[in-house]
Amino acid sequence: MLRFVARRLAFAVVSVAAVVLVTFLLVHAAPGAPMLGTPETIASPEVVARQRALFGLDRPLPEQLLRYAVNLARGRLGESFVLHRPVADVLAEAVPNTLLLGGTALLASLLLGLAAAAAQAARHHTRTDTVLGVVTLVFYSVPVFWLGLVLLLVFGEHLHWLPVAGMTSAAIHDRLPPLGRALDVARHLVLPAASLALVQAAAFARFQRAALLETLAAAHIRSARARGLPERAILLRHALRGALAPTITLAGLSVPYFLAGSVLIESIFGWPGLGRVTYDAIFARDYNVITAAALVAGVLVALGNLAADVAVAVADPRIRVDR
Amino acid sequence: MSPWRLAARRFARNRPAVRGAALVALLALAALVGPLFAADPLAQPDPVRLQDRPPSADHLMGTDPFSRDVLSRTLHGARVSLVVGVGAALLAVTLGAGVGLVAGLAGRRTDQLLMRGVDVALALPRILLLLAVFAVWDNAPAAAVVGLIAATGWFQTSRIVRAAVLSLREADFVVAARALGEPGWGIVRRHLLPHVAAPVIVSASLDVGNIILLEAGLSYLGLGVRPPTPTWGNMIMDGKDVLLSAPWVALAPGLALVVTVVAFNLAADGLRDALDPRAAA
Repeated sequence: MLRFVARRLAFAVVSVAAVVLVTFLLVHAAPGAPMLGTPETIASPEVVARQRALFGLDRPLPEQLLRYAVNLARGRLGESFVLHRPVADVLAEAVPNTLLLGGTALLASLLLGLAAAAAQAARHHTRTDTVLGVVTLVFYSVPVFWLGLVLLLVFGEHLHWLPVAGMTSAAIHDRLPPLGRALDVARHLVLPAASLALVQAAAFARFQRAALLETLAAAHIRSARARGLPERAILLRHALRGALAPTITLAGLSVPYFLAGSVLIESIFGWPGLGRVTYDAIFARDYNVITAAALVAGVLVALGNLAADVAVAVADPRIRVDR
Repeated sequence: MSPWRLAARRFARNRPAVRGAALVALLALAALVGPLFAADPLAQPDPVRLQDRPPSADHLMGTDPFSRDVLSRTLHGARVSLVVGVGAALLAVTLGAGVGLVAGLAGRRTDQLLMRGVDVALALPRILLLLAVFAVWDNAPAAAVVGLIAATGWFQTSRIVRAAVLSLREADFVVAARALGEPGWGIVRRHLLPHVAAPVIVSASLDVGNIILLEAGLSYLGLGVRPPTPTWGNMIMDGKDVLLSAPWVALAPGLALVVTVVAFNLAADGLRDALDPRAAA
């Protein structure tokens, strides 16, 4: 088992390196260059050249790549061209916010998805199953940013139940007691997290329903039924237990979805996270920020995949992990 | 009866699936014919007095902040969504099937190389790559959107096809065909492809809806097929700022997206159940 994990870990490192390499080449190969300023702030060619030399952008690409790799190995992510701050600081602010948003959404979508799937599987071929099937199909087919806008319109603007922008209420946040501050963030978290969670819960539910129905038809469930165990106990104790590993797998493999969703949802709700940082950096050609964001994204995806692989290996002894 | 006829019969008996397929056909027809009768989607008849008008007899779905007709723009937007969704899914599946066949049939070294490459590619954050490319590519044509979405979306299919080929390669009927001296390409065409086709069709059809949503997300950010060409994504972007005063601007393209993706997913679920009866539930 240890060797298996070590091998997957080594692969994760390779794939993160590949992500960084591809992103590095892509942003440097793209037309358009940083430091040119906006049309309003046209800098003289000398200033641009000096700035580019300062960041080493006038060097040949292989040299830039080598330099980046050496710096990365020393744990240096460089400086943002636009924000004039170390990239590490920018990410240190943004990443926890995205983890809070994505983590909340992931947890909510797992609970909601599994509950819907269990309800459907327990009442297979009944009205509940059909209705939930339609609901999950619709949410599975909704564009997440549009759902965000609809939730914002209904719960934020019409009903005024929840705040619609940012992570805190700027005017009062700092004067609140610690618990009040946490509640303030939680209230701001509800709508963006719900947008991400509802769509992903539908995906989880569709997958888990099929998996549960398959498990319920399996031999050990039939024998449990033959022993006269109540249906409820069968579902909770036998079928759902078998669904645990696939749930962890699903959660691990859903990381890319939450990253992609965060780019869209964070811009709608003004959530100061990785998605917004990345989006702004791409348009500003802020090379160091883009590459570092890709690095973080690559690490998160790789960790998700690792968790998925290990969960499958632990749950299913038929998978020979030592090979 | 051939397995394909059996599958067609199972599909025809699946009512939600048939409804989904009919809806897809209807949407395709609307995208094809609708724009011929609708108003000019770019015309701005009176940007001052006709902006953000609610639905009326003249403008059945109202007008947007530039006084453009929302119905006409929704119909034109359908073209982008359908072409990109179906086109990219087909291209991706072709690429994936090609790589999967090569990996399954070529030697161990080629197989290892291709599949490790696919493993790494699956770890790439797709949205980030697409954002980076389209951010620098001003006004990319629809073909480029199709190409790039396909180029970043074939990895899963190649795994499915490779696994199928590996198990089929040693099947009795393939071994027999080889013993009878059938050339390699003949074996691929007559024996492998028909068996690989079912999972490939299922995976392509399940992809269409997701790709439509992906394209909408990109054009919501102002990327890919860019304004003023109407896409459902950039129409929602236009409607975002007038969400309170003129909700129809964002609601019309959003509902169009939901209906379209639901239709494709219903049909795709039906195809999966018809082609893989064991998975049917």
